[in-house]
Amino acid sequence: MATVNDKRPVNLDLTTIKFPVSALTSITHRIAGIALFVALPILLWMLDRSLASPESFAQLKDLLATPLAKLVIWGILAALIYHLVAGIKHLIMDMGIGETLEGGRRGAFTVVAVSVVLILLAGVWVW
Amino acid sequence: MVTSVTSFGRNGLSDWLVQRASAVLLALYTVGMVGYLLCNPGLEYEAWKALMTSTPMLIINTLVVLAVAAHAWIGLWIVTTDYLTRTQLGGAATGSRLLVQSLVVLVLLVYVLWGLLMIWGGA
Repeated sequence: MATVNDKRPVNLDLTTIKFPVSALTSITHRIAGIALFVALPILLWMLDRSLASPESFAQLKDLLATPLAKLVIWGILAALIYHLVAGIKHLIMDMGIGETLEGGRRGAFTVVAVSVVLILLAGVWVW
Repeated sequence: MVTSVTSFGRNGLSDWLVQRASAVLLALYTVGMVGYLLCNPGLEYEAWKALMTSTPMLIINTLVVLAVAAHAWIGLWIVTTDYLTRTQLGGAATGSRLLVQSLVVLVLLVYVLWGLLMIWGGA
């Protein structure tokens, strides 16, 4: 570590840092991950209802036809899609592809574009 | 080498690898499951139950539940160690972080046990 740099002030206060697009897609990846952690009981509950009996399966099907349930499912799918697409970008970067500043920016924009398209398609599927 | 007693594998490289391996499994499972549901829009109980209680799916679902727990623990450990810090919380940081991490582990263990009960309960 260069001694010159040691004297420079360090700012780690996230609230005062202007985020570049790659940082915004990274924090969104984390938020989507936390959202999925919170949404897991909903998915587990749906799995339970879908397998418990023919009656509970039919009840779940009726429930999933209501607007509120569709909105919740779309929200979960949106978080899942974004987390998946951003995760695939990570795996690609792990292979050494797109690790430059410009590559990182391009990757971040690609993640947003691909996610938006897939989330809209998921909305079409749900409704 | 700095080691942490709260990380998944007590080793950053191990956590990194488990995060990737579980991610690949979860990605394939997600794509496969969405593909199956897209191809079977009028899915009935009997077909769904038969699929989910077949031996391959019992094994895959078990692996997926374990992968979710490992993946979520590593991810949330990274998030908690990044944001619940002295810079953000001062002296309360270590206690707060340990409390949140303990709750996350507890919740994930409940998810795993609940998930396994569901997967194997009807088999």
